[in-house]
Amino acid sequence: MSLSRFFNNRNTLGAVFMVPAGLILLVFLTYPLGLGTWLGFTDAKIGRAGEWVGFENFTFLFGDSVARLSLFNTLFYTIVASIIKFVFGLWLALLLNKTLPFQAFVRAVVLLPFIVPTALSALAFWWLYDAQFSVLSWALVKMGLIDNYITFLGDPWLARGSVVAANIWRGVPFVAITLLAGLQTISPSLYEAASLDGATEWQKFWHVTLPMLTPIIAVVMTFSVLFTFTDFQLIYVLTRGGPLNATHLMATLSFQRAILGGALGEGAALATAMVPFLLAAILFSYFGLQRRAWQQGGSDK
Amino acid sequence: MASVTLSQVRKSFGSTPVVLGVDIEIADGEFCVLVGPSGCGKSTLLRMIAGLEEISGGDIRIGTRVVNNVPPKERDIAMVFQNYALYPHMTVYENMAFSLRLAKAPKEEMERRVDEAARVLGLVEYLGRYPRQLSGGQRQRVAMGRAIVRKPQVFLFDEPLSNLDAKLRVQMRTEIKELHQRLKTTSIYVTHDQIEAMTMADKIVVMNAGVTEQIGSPLDLYDNPANLFVAGFIGSPAMNFLPGKITAAGIAIGADIHLPMPANNLAEPGREVIVGVRPEHLAVADDGVPAEVVVVEPTGADTQIFCKMAGVEITAVVRERHDFKPGTAVRLRPELTYIFEPASGRRLA
Repeated sequence: MSLSRFFNNRNTLGAVFMVPAGLILLVFLTYPLGLGTWLGFTDAKIGRAGEWVGFENFTFLFGDSVARLSLFNTLFYTIVASIIKFVFGLWLALLLNKTLPFQAFVRAVVLLPFIVPTALSALAFWWLYDAQFSVLSWALVKMGLIDNYITFLGDPWLARGSVVAANIWRGVPFVAITLLAGLQTISPSLYEAASLDGATEWQKFWHVTLPMLTPIIAVVMTFSVLFTFTDFQLIYVLTRGGPLNATHLMATLSFQRAILGGALGEGAALATAMVPFLLAAILFSYFGLQRRAWQQGGSDK
Repeated sequence: MASVTLSQVRKSFGSTPVVLGVDIEIADGEFCVLVGPSGCGKSTLLRMIAGLEEISGGDIRIGTRVVNNVPPKERDIAMVFQNYALYPHMTVYENMAFSLRLAKAPKEEMERRVDEAARVLGLVEYLGRYPRQLSGGQRQRVAMGRAIVRKPQVFLFDEPLSNLDAKLRVQMRTEIKELHQRLKTTSIYVTHDQIEAMTMADKIVVMNAGVTEQIGSPLDLYDNPANLFVAGFIGSPAMNFLPGKITAAGIAIGADIHLPMPANNLAEPGREVIVGVRPEHLAVADDGVPAEVVVVEPTGADTQIFCKMAGVEITAVVRERHDFKPGTAVRLRPELTYIFEPASGRRLA
């Protein structure tokens, strides 16, 4: 009797229903994140529990040229790939928003790179970039544009460009489809009003489409930056960080140091060092782009 | 300001014809209302005048210029949309100034014109707000302000009041009419509400199924409907229709009811007709036609009496107060009748 009343109480029931989700978050998110952060402040190695060493790992990494290179690589990779993904994704979304023949089919095809497992598409890119069997080199040679095969993944800057290109290919569909969803929420009558107001196509884009799309751009670009900044699979399959650490990202270097190198504390510190950058990206999008006065109803301003 | 002339304008979406050859002449400064039931093609017609829909056939002239292939922005027209279509990310001021900004108008002139429009519409204190922070009626005024600042040749209104509540609708109706009397800009107004049409228009175009049924002044349409459709559409409550037959003595409705022949009698005896009587032309009188009261709805100023006459539901509107109960037998005398041909709907008398 009292048990059934206990379970009929709104608040108790709410708490009970939240327990499984709370447990999952605690065990699989909070605990690893906490442990990782903790490890970053210890000198733990594989097979040996760590002692607290304070900021020693971080000061060491700050002086480590490879760690600094990985930070540069990560920023380069994130900034270049995100900007191109945004421009290309927006262009694709605008294109897909027009009435096209086989509309549903075309939209489905655009999503393909997103649904193929990254490891698989990375393997395909590995073939495309191969020093001997590259289709790209072959095609360029046959067209008479170059004489020798390009070693895409052999030269530091070529390798950086190549992994950025692979990341763009993989990331554009997410940006395009999300922005397309945003475009479809813009009322067609706004464009009609703008044409009567005398706007050209370009002015309609600049004064109507873009401002109306900023909230969704903020969200999609935050996600895109987070995914790109923390990318691991693509690099690990394509280059493993080479040549000469030229494509090592913080995530891949952290894995190499901690798991392959056994320096758990150092690797964890490197991973922890990514957090401030990610937080900064989220805060920028939240305060800079997402909360616009025109979206807030009601109050006088 | 300019006149607008439509000649044999047609529109089809794919193989579905929507507007089937419409001729309308709207004089300079006239307030013309296109009215009709949903799907009659009135909004499509307005959008064709605006240039938002292509014209499948015929000519549209603004002034003397044929604008069939002129893009919307070069037609010098302004439109008020049903959902207002205000730019949500712009303030009221920016919304109203947008067209002038695109036209690269000098800043002082832009400010002067927006200010003038805001004063006319009572929007001065809202200029810094965003559309989301306004009520429905205020948004409606901003939409009109956006049209006014342009000083266009023609105003187009696409059911602008249908998103407002009943009271505000009546108020805005008057405001729009006042505005027109002040600015005297040629206006074309689309609505499905015949009361809006009657109260606002200089000229009403009644449309049905893609054709114009009748064009005329509000009272002209009320007094002289050309056919069954116009007779039933204009006037509220709607005209009563009773099937009848011409006899030597007059018109017989059912076995028992005989009405005198209207003066200009053209129909031969034995012919089937439809008799139309407006509710306000039925009077309670001892020499009237017998009917049975079904429902009585007093509105204060007058009383609507729903009755059954010769098996047909009819409505009467009377000014005087009667103590009728459902089931009471009454006698109603038609003061004015219209006679229509059943097949074509054409008015005979």
